[in-house]
Amino acid sequence: MASYLVKRLGLAVVTLVLLSMIIFLAGQVLPGDPGRAVLGNFASAQSVRVFDHRIGYDRPFVTQYWSWVSGIVRGNFGISYQYNSPVAPMIFSGLWNSLKLALLALCIIVPLSIGAGVLAALNVGRPLDRIISILGLSGSTVPEFVSGIFVIVIFAVVFKLLPPTADSGAGAGFFTQLDHLVLPAIPLVVEFFGYISRITRATTVEALDSDYVRTAVLKGLRRRTVIRRHVLRNSLLPAITVIASQTGYLIGGLVVIETLFQYPGIGDLIYNAAKNKDFPMLEAGVLAIGVIYLLATLAADLASSLLNPRVRIDATR
Amino acid sequence: MSSASGAAPPGRPGRHVAGPVEPDALAVEGLQVSYRVGGRDLLALRDVSLRVGPRQAYGLVGESGSGKSTVALAVTRYLARNGRVSGGTISVAGTDVLALRGERLRRLRAETVSMVYQEPGKALNPSIRVGRQLAEVFEIAGARRREALAAAEDALTRVQISDPRRLLERYPHELSGGMLQRVVIAMALASEPSLLILDEPTTALDATVEAEVLDLVSSLREELDTSILFISHNLAVIAKMCDRVGVLYAGELVEEGSASEVFTEPRHPYTVGLLSCIPRRGLRKDHGRLDTIPGFLPAPGSVLAGCIFAPRCGLVEAQCRLSEPPLAELGNYRRSRCYFPGRALEVGSRGAGPGEPAEAPAGRPPVGARAPLLGLRQVSKSFSARHEQLHALVGIDLEIGSGETLGLVGESGSGKTTLARAVLGLSAPDEGSTIELNGVPLAGSAGRRTGDQLAAVQIVFQNPDSALNRRHSVRRILRRALARSAGPRGMDREERLAELIGSVRMEPRQLGLRPAQLSGGLKQRVAIARAFAGEPALVVCDEPTSALDVSVQAAILNLLVELQARRNVSYLFISHDLGVVRYLADRIAVLYLGRLMEVGPAEAVFSGPQHPYTEALLSAVPSLDGQRRGRIRLTGEIPSAASPPSGCVFHTRCPRRLASGICESAEPPLLEVAAGRTMRCHIPLDELAQLQREPPAEAPAVPGASANGSSPL
Ligand code: SF4
Ligand code: SF4
Repeated sequence: MASYLVKRLGLAVVTLVLLSMIIFLAGQVLPGDPGRAVLGNFASAQSVRVFDHRIGYDRPFVTQYWSWVSGIVRGNFGISYQYNSPVAPMIFSGLWNSLKLALLALCIIVPLSIGAGVLAALNVGRPLDRIISILGLSGSTVPEFVSGIFVIVIFAVVFKLLPPTADSGAGAGFFTQLDHLVLPAIPLVVEFFGYISRITRATTVEALDSDYVRTAVLKGLRRRTVIRRHVLRNSLLPAITVIASQTGYLIGGLVVIETLFQYPGIGDLIYNAAKNKDFPMLEAGVLAIGVIYLLATLAADLASSLLNPRVRIDATR
Repeated sequence: MSSASGAAPPGRPGRHVAGPVEPDALAVEGLQVSYRVGGRDLLALRDVSLRVGPRQAYGLVGESGSGKSTVALAVTRYLARNGRVSGGTISVAGTDVLALRGERLRRLRAETVSMVYQEPGKALNPSIRVGRQLAEVFEIAGARRREALAAAEDALTRVQISDPRRLLERYPHELSGGMLQRVVIAMALASEPSLLILDEPTTALDATVEAEVLDLVSSLREELDTSILFISHNLAVIAKMCDRVGVLYAGELVEEGSASEVFTEPRHPYTVGLLSCIPRRGLRKDHGRLDTIPGFLPAPGSVLAGCIFAPRCGLVEAQCRLSEPPLAELGNYRRSRCYFPGRALEVGSRGAGPGEPAEAPAGRPPVGARAPLLGLRQVSKSFSARHEQLHALVGIDLEIGSGETLGLVGESGSGKTTLARAVLGLSAPDEGSTIELNGVPLAGSAGRRTGDQLAAVQIVFQNPDSALNRRHSVRRILRRALARSAGPRGMDREERLAELIGSVRMEPRQLGLRPAQLSGGLKQRVAIARAFAGEPALVVCDEPTSALDVSVQAAILNLLVELQARRNVSYLFISHDLGVVRYLADRIAVLYLGRLMEVGPAEAVFSGPQHPYTEALLSAVPSLDGQRRGRIRLTGEIPSAASPPSGCVFHTRCPRRLASGICESAEPPLLEVAAGRTMRCHIPLDELAQLQREPPAEAPAVPGASANGSSPL
């Protein structure tokens, strides 16, 4: 187990290094230069050059990359061009905000779509199954910004049930924050419900059709016991792994939602950084998302190997 | 159309006897089951009636597609979602099964009927410990958690598991197939059911393990008051285990009777055909072709006016095609669905169907006179796994002559497949091993062999499904194989293609089809054609017929013999079916734990005296005569190749181990004991002959079976 963990962590580090290179390279090949973007169209060519020189944009790529990476290792993520202050605190507060939104969304998505998936599997081919799969399918084909605008119009503008912005201001209490976050979470739920419920349905149907469930039923176990002990135990594992692998998409969805709802999360930061060619912010933001993604996948793998004796054995090999 | 109630099987009081009569464990009347496929209802069972009396064992035989498993699933009310009982009745121990709902159905499953099926590895929940799963059965019956675990331990003791407590803590994937099947049987018998359904319970197991499991079932059957419905494609297993037998064909019961009578004096042409397909009674390829049943199973759902077997029957007459024959009573509790039950046996002598000319493989040089084609010298293969060295092959010396078939036998884990892979260059053997083809050393891995060398050694796998590319047509598959080989020049591509497909007795029009559109037998023919595309010198056949029905198997074996006679190709033939090996092989090599135990001419090895391990393998095979040749039984599992036993590696399981202790301390060398025969045992050949002539201690001698040394294989 320990060696498995070490191997997985090593792999994650390698992935991160590669990711950082790609991010950095992408920043270089984007058209325009940061001095122009930050100083605006009316700044003189001279001051743009001075700015670029100060931030090191005119140095060779490898030198720039090296100084960036060695800064990160020392905990220095650089200075934002836009705000002229260190990147790290802004990234962390953005991450924290996004995490709140993502957690709320997950708290709704996971039970809802797993429940619906299992329900569909238990009613394969019946109307309920069809309804769930149609709902899921239509939900996942609607882009977040469409469903986002839709819920704003319905719940905030027409019925005035919920506030239209996600940001509840500094020092707001738990329930105020929750109140503000429910609306932005809904488009995320709509987006992910279809996929996760479909996966859950598939794994549950597979378990239901398995020989060991036949054994359990023919033993004379009650249906409830069969489902709880023999079906769900084997069908939810793969579903959990899939959910974790969706974290990346969830974060992608966050970018859109945060911009739409004017929420100061990591997505909003990245969006603005990209718009303004604020490289230190952009790079640190994308890297942070990469770390989160890797951690989530790792956690899912660990969870499934702890719950599944077969994977546990194979992993030690 | 149905003969309403089946005959009351012998050996118990008839229904007319006054007073309370024990009900049949299973009574099926006019059962009709259909599956809904593509909007149509396809009949899987038509008018099936059978009875299993108290304490009786009833065998249901049939090939794939006969509907035998559907019977079991209907009885337990576990048909697939698209399956439906559309007629007839089923009662288990007097209860009408089809009328049960909810709680009452659950109680029936918990108390009255149990089922064991083919793949023990899949029958248990992979993520729950064996003990918990077994204990569940007792919890259903009302036991507390702790009591249930204790009962589970007892149940494991009953199925002769020596260390039950440890086993309870294991997960299913940590156990061998034989162990798992014992656990499943223990689970099935825990509730002491009136009816136990065994659906191909030993098909996925080694012959030695199969023998153990069958012995276990027989002894438990005597201990408990359980009736058995035994479903199998293996006639010999049914003959050994059952009192009565029913033969299913395309969803219809075509013949029924006592097991001994049905197998010795079949009264339906299909049964006759089935029996004559099986290579047995020492039949060898020099004696002639195997019989086959021409044609194919009717497509599911097709409606035939007359006898369902008519398209394939050798006795068919006008009457047969007009109306369906009834399942007629023949007296003595026998039934046959044929107009001419008395003439059924004539069909056997007619042999192969049209379009398959008998080509006797005559005029072949005798064994030993052939030049060696493939030579293995000191071939070893070890794997390192988890800080251990696993010796899969140890110092193998072997030769295969050109045009010769070498049969390779041994239990799973003996190294057969590793040897085949080494010959093919799929996994390079250890340093110091030599594999020569026509005297030229071959590189260990296929990547470093020349094109000609690669073309010279081909393989036919057990499962043609995974061996053939599903997306390609037969034409494309064969064309690629032809393109890779040099082949005889001067023939254009299409001609060669036509010739190739013809050589496996398929039609050129079938070239356009994809593997999914072909039956299992045809797929295997395509795989064989592909192997023969490059005019190979050696074809490795790895269980080529194990996944096929017996009638199809016979045709494939005939084809292999025919191709060998025509092209002088050599076979390395791996099979767990000793009857098949005996039919096909010129010489036999027996592997155990990666070591050769014995090599010799097939006839000499089969007729004995044999190495004790070979003897055990042969004893494990049930014979069709229903006689048990259980001279010796292997117990225990094959030891790990990572820590092989000291001395003779077979000593931990050898029933003939010497008392002197030499078997434990010194490994016997592989010595030449007779002309062309080598053996690895401390007991000299003549003493082995002496020992093997004597009847076994437990089982009585069977007249004629072993006295003249001819085994009924
Ligand atoms: S009824 Fe006719 S066609 Fe059918 S099995 Fe008998 S002889 Fe053959
Ligand atoms: S050497 Fe001994 S243990 Fe090995 S096979 Fe011969 S008798 Fe059995």
